Parts: sequence; structure tokens; C-alpha cells
Amino acid sequence: MTSPTLDAHQERLLRDLAPQVLGMVIRRFRDFSASEDAVQEALIAAAAQWPREGLPDEPRAWLYQVASRRIADQVRAEAARRRREAIVVSLVPPELQIALAADDDDTPAEHDDTLVLLFMCCHPALSPASAIALTLRAAGGLTTAEIATAFLVPEATMAQRISRAKQSIKASLVPFQMPTAEERDQRLGAVLHVLYLIFNEGYTTSSGPTLHRSDLSSEAIRLARTLHALLPDHAETAGLLALMLLTDARRAARTGPAGELIPLDDQDRRLWDQPAIVEGIALLSATLPRGAIGAYQLQAAIAAVHDEAARAEDTDWPQILALYGLLQRMSDNPMVALSHAIATAMVHGPAAGLALLRALDADPRLTGNHRLDAARAHLLERSGDHEGAIEGYRRAAQRTTSIPEQNYLLTQAARLNEAPLKAR
Amino acid sequence: MKYILMMNTPGKGPYQVANWAKQDFQAHIAFMMGFSKKLRAAGELVAAEGLAGPDQARLVRAGQDGKPVTDGVFPETKEFLAGYWIVDVETTERAYAIAAEASAAPGPGGKPLNMGIEVRQVMSGPPKDLL
Repeated sequence: MTSPTLDAHQERLLRDLAPQVLGMVIRRFRDFSASEDAVQEALIAAAAQWPREGLPDEPRAWLYQVASRRIADQVRAEAARRRREAIVVSLVPPELQIALAADDDDTPAEHDDTLVLLFMCCHPALSPASAIALTLRAAGGLTTAEIATAFLVPEATMAQRISRAKQSIKASLVPFQMPTAEERDQRLGAVLHVLYLIFNEGYTTSSGPTLHRSDLSSEAIRLARTLHALLPDHAETAGLLALMLLTDARRAARTGPAGELIPLDDQDRRLWDQPAIVEGIALLSATLPRGAIGAYQLQAAIAAVHDEAARAEDTDWPQILALYGLLQRMSDNPMVALSHAIATAMVHGPAAGLALLRALDADPRLTGNHRLDAARAHLLERSGDHEGAIEGYRRAAQRTTSIPEQNYLLTQAARLNEAPLKAR
Repeated sequence: MKYILMMNTPGKGPYQVANWAKQDFQAHIAFMMGFSKKLRAAGELVAAEGLAGPDQARLVRAGQDGKPVTDGVFPETKEFLAGYWIVDVETTERAYAIAAEASAAPGPGGKPLNMGIEVRQVMSGPPKDLL
């Protein structure tokens, strides 16, 4: 007989409670790393016991107690090894303690804790890979094994990455407290960026044979929802959540039966998730009139224009071009310039788009990047230069590290290669 | 026993999928995906990876100061690892049979490629007790 597993409601509850409980444990024991390990063990214990014995009356208190007991046991064992060295008040040696906010009191602050935890896990001192792993475990409540599976690496590798991330946090002396008002916007930007990276990793896997690992996208959406609930007035948080929803809505249409990539133009739009589109557009409509438009809102607006077109040929390209124009003025990102060139081609013809792409050839950030080749091939094809397009598709195929994308690009090259034969 | 099945191909050798007809290319991809799926379902697949193109390959050595010194681009006739499978099987014969199946992947015109697959055992035996 297999042991029962958590139902969807319990799973959701557990993951929502994870950052709150972690915040409480950190406040008591003041050791981020040990607290994080203890909460992880408590989550695993819950996953084993709750399906069998039912939900405890106070799930949060239950998790807090189990985690506290683990950490106290561990500290006691440690203390015994030190031959009953005097136990410090907080039970944790001062050199391991992390700073708490000066105005710290005992009022329950679980919502703020979730936010503080996100700030901590997404601290700019961490590499993106470390921040992603730590966010998924500490704020998302995923186990190391689950994160490892999502990133297709052995569990031991992921455990190392998480442990390194925790060491970096300790070394950087990041306090477990709300950033100051001046710091807040910059730190919030880092949190949004990490959530965006998690979503993208799920949506377009950077390596491996399958195109999207939906669990990571769903987790990014869940965390973005949590953040949006904590900061309902922050426009870019709403923008990021809208962007994720409007992009993820196309998931079912994005791949064919054999896992092959289907471009936007060829997707069966009936497969798009309408409720997600409606929700994303509602979020945007509530946010856009407030002024202060950010990059996530603009990208969400572009996704919305695509999602609103019943057929590819109905797409409002002039509007998309205008939005990319705004986006380009806001950020010096070569990928945005690339999309701007494609939108230009859709409105003013391929020659205008190709001229913009030529200007990007000199950008060192795009050197060797397959997207420039792929975009050029696409526009050359539209302009009737099939030979140039074939060459571009092939060069892009050589440079991409995504197998589905490589297969797609080679299929495009092969399709064009055959076209003149058929015409003859 | 674990074996690694390595698909080696010259930079500009017979495995030039970029020049194949669309139908042939798609048949090849379908074969490769089905092949991995079958091995996985049989519990024989440990890992399989395809590698990025050889034009991105660099040979790296430590210089006098221990810093990396890179070398590339390589002649197109040089053989490169295009990808590999690691399988866990009962016998050497089974590893050979899997390699032969991969070797016969369809190429242009749907004809089997019969490309060379290098089969090497992965050292994973337990250490003998030392007396």
C-alpha cells in the first residue's frame, strides 16, 4: 500500500504557511540557516502525517512547534558536544545570530515576514541561480528534491547550491528586517526579477528536451500572487503577475503532440486559457491608469494585445510597436530592441525591420546570440530572400542551447530549402 | 552495469541535419524522441544529453598562472561528441543492442544512418574488500 499524500488544499496551505512559519522561527532562534532547515523538516513531517491523521486544528502552530523542537534538539546536541557549554539566551551562538529589526516586538507579523523573507532570498548579493533556489525552498516551501527535479540536476547539487546561498546571506550580514523606504524599491525590483526568472525557467527551459516545466511557472505565479496580495498598490508587482498570467495562458497551445515548439502565429488560439487572460487584463486595467508605468506592465500590455487577437492576422501590430517603443526608452535591453525590430517589420515592412537589426550587429551583448540570427532569418523570409533566411535559421540552430528551439529552427530551414523545388 | 553510448560526428560529417529535407529531419527527431522515451519507460535510461554545436567548443588549459587559456575554433574534420546516452542494463549485449538501434536512426530519404556509436562501460562497480 502506498502512503496517502497531501490533497491540493493541504498542499496549498502548507506552501502558504511555509514562509510565515519560517519568519516566526527565525525571530525566535535568529539563525536563518538552521531555521530554514528546521522548517523544511517540519514541512516534510507534515506531508507525511497530515494525510494520515488529518489537518491539525492550528496548522501554523503545529509547523512552528515541530520546527522549534527540531532546532532546539539540534542546538542541545550541539551544546552537549561542547561539553555543556553555557547555552546563550537565544540558544544560538552569537556569531551565528542574524540581526533583527531594532523595533522588533512579539506582535504576529506573518505577512510582513513573508515579504522580508522574499527580500532576503532575492538579495542582490546572491547570484540569480542561488536566489532562485533559495526563494523556491524558503519562500515557496518546495523540497530540495523537488527543486532539483525542476532544474534537472541531482539533489546533492541543488543541496549544495542552497547551502552556498545561505552562506552568502550569512557573509553579507543581511539583516532579517524590512528594508528602509529608500532601499525598498530597489530590493523589490530584485524580488520581481527573481520571480520573473523562475517563471521564464519554467516557460522556456534553457536546456533539456522538454520545452516547459510547468511546475516552475505555476510556482512563480503563486509567489507573484502572494506578493501582489501583500502589496496590492505596487503597480509593477501587479504588472509582473499580469505578464505571467497572460503568457502562461498560451501554454497548452505552445507545443504540439510530440513536444515541438509552435510559434504564436500558428497556435490554435482556442486552446488559450481565457480565464487567465481575463484575469491578466483586469489586473492591467486596474493598474495602468495609475500612472508610473514600468517595464513589466508594458510587457504585460504587449502580451495582452497578442492575447486579444482572435486570429494572428488580427493582431494590432501598430499598438505593439508603440508599446515596444516605450519599453525601449525605459530600458537599454538588446532583447527589447530585437522585438522592436520585429514589430517594426510587421508595421512598416521587413526592410525597415532588417535595417534596425543591422544596427544591433555591433551590440556585443548579442554577439553569438541565436535570437538575432533567428529574427533576421524570419524577416529575410518575409522579404523573399529565402537563401539568406535558410542560412540565418541554420546559424541560429547552431547557437541555441534549447533542443525544441533547435528542432524548430532546423525545420524552418528545411521547409524553405524545399520551397523552391516545389515551385519549379 | 552502466554504459555510455557516445555519438561522435565530424564537424562537417554525415550528420549534417541542417541540410536535410524537412520530412527527413522530422522523422529523425521523432525517432530520437521515441527512442529516449522507450528507454526511459524500460527503466534503462540514466541520462541523455545533446550537446551544443562544435563551433562553440573551446579547448581549455590552465596557463602558467592557473588561469584558463582557451583554444578554438577547430577544423571541420575533427570529430566531436554530438550527444550521449547513459544506460543501465544487465548485459553488455543489451548495451550493444541499444547502440545499434540508435545507430540505425533514419537519415536522408528515411535510410538508416548506421553511424558509429562508441560504447564504453561506466566505472561504477563496488570496491572489493581489501584484505
